[in-house]
Amino acid sequence: MKFHRVSALVARHLYLYRRSLPRIMEIFYWPFLDLVIWGFITLYLAKYQPQVPGFVTFFLGALILWDMLFRSQQGITISFLEELWARNLMNLFASPLTPGEFLAATIAMSIFKVTCVSVVMGICAWLFYGYNVLVMGLWLLPFVFNLVITGWVIGVLTTSLIMRFGQEAEILAWSMVFLFQPISCVFYPLDVLPAWLQGIAWMNPAAHVFEGMRGVLSGGGSPVVHLAWAGGLNGALLIAMIALFYKTFAYCKREGSLVRVGE
Amino acid sequence: MTAPVLQATNLTKRFGEFVAVNDVSFTIRPGEILGLLGPNGAGKTTTMHMLLGLITPTSGSIHVFGMDLATQRERILQQVNFSSTYISMPMALTVEENLWVVARLYGMTDIARRVDDVVKKLEMEEFRRKITRKLSSGQMTRLTLAKAFLTEPKILFLDEPTASLDPDIAHKIRTLLKEERRSAGLSILYTSHNMREMEEMSDRIIFLQRGRIVAEGTAQEIVARFGQADLEDVFLKLARESR
Ligand SMILES: Nc1ncnc2c1ncn2[C@@H]1O[C@H](COP(=O)(O)OP(=O)(O)OP(=O)(O)O)[C@@H](O)[C@H]1O
Ligand SMILES: [Mg+2]
Repeated sequence: MKFHRVSALVARHLYLYRRSLPRIMEIFYWPFLDLVIWGFITLYLAKYQPQVPGFVTFFLGALILWDMLFRSQQGITISFLEELWARNLMNLFASPLTPGEFLAATIAMSIFKVTCVSVVMGICAWLFYGYNVLVMGLWLLPFVFNLVITGWVIGVLTTSLIMRFGQEAEILAWSMVFLFQPISCVFYPLDVLPAWLQGIAWMNPAAHVFEGMRGVLSGGGSPVVHLAWAGGLNGALLIAMIALFYKTFAYCKREGSLVRVGE
Repeated sequence: MTAPVLQATNLTKRFGEFVAVNDVSFTIRPGEILGLLGPNGAGKTTTMHMLLGLITPTSGSIHVFGMDLATQRERILQQVNFSSTYISMPMALTVEENLWVVARLYGMTDIARRVDDVVKKLEMEEFRRKITRKLSSGQMTRLTLAKAFLTEPKILFLDEPTASLDPDIAHKIRTLLKEERRSAGLSILYTSHNMREMEEMSDRIIFLQRGRIVAEGTAQEIVARFGQADLEDVFLKLARESR
């Protein structure tokens, strides 16, 4: 892994952001809008559901954390799509750049996006709703860390699918994550799911993070068990997805589709 | 005799049942310009993509600077570059930004000077700060050539590099290529559908047809062997026989 090649790709993406309003909006405006809409809904519901304790805290906390997962996934997939749209993959992979370095650069972009989005959302939540994300205390760190990695897992999976199936699969960049949302138990506890779905959700690292978050926010105790599950699952899934990416890459080189994806 | 910089041995590429490149072997010597000639679909681009590691051959081997491309990809590609009329570069970046990214990707040092040099060499001063999206197709071709020159490769793969250039710029590019070959010992693999250009540029020509090599030699040798007046007539004769 050569640092200069990873940083070259990161620089290329930052050049892009410097001049593109839609891309800047993706980082600043859309997360802000999410927060405004959901924040007001939450406030409204809280007015009529005072018996659900900590309603606002749950919802806004969940919303912000979910957005981190989403942006983390986008950081990976959109960075790949940018190269696809620019028909730049050929230039990249005829250079000494390795697939691993390529992934590393998308991961760096993902960290960049998540950082920007969390700062924006954290500040807005505080300004508009007097909501402090830091109520979760130090647990926030392992929660975010795990969600970001889950974002990578979904991001690398989506990237492989787009590489493999081409243009038709591009829509997955935005929709894939919502396939995981119902079993991530973002806004409701795991035990409202039917039993069979609970089993599936249990295999989803994000569900453990949100369960853990609710536990912490309701003073219900330490999320260590959930975090252990999340960490273990994330590690295994990330390794599996990176392996899938390498396999897909080799497949595309055999089929000659690497030079054609996006056409 | 000096060792070849590139040696392709029994290269074959199958896409399913279809054989795009069929048992092709050739070498490129240091400082040599080798022309790949052949009708549409003959397998020229597929061959180049295999040499660049973008397509995995079904069988056969590729050695560059004595190293196997299958195992030494990074070290080989560091010293190789390519350009084509049909490739693109990120449209939202300026010409200069694109060149900077490429230079970093190849770990170049003294980037500002190198970018200046290549911009001058390809007469790109007046559009160096333009957004790439706004370039004409000829300017775009010059940018993709610039990115190839920028990294100071020892082998250059050029797939129809002059297809969208006006005759003046095309002439300058050809002169530049020959100069680089003389001064830096650059080896070039070249495709073009322009027979005059092929004759002018190539030290040696390989004629591909349906993925097979059907003729090989200098332009004169090939013309003489097929008893034709010039390369264009040889091309017509071979291409029509196959249809
Ligand atoms: N990824 C692929 N999958 C299936 N067939 C392919 C693929 N890539 C190329 N081919 C086929 O292989 C053959 C050779 O294509 P190639 O692009 O190498 O031709 P070429 O000599 O460069 O032609 P041209 O002069 O038109 O550029 C063509 O028949 C093409 O349809
Ligand atoms: Mg071609």
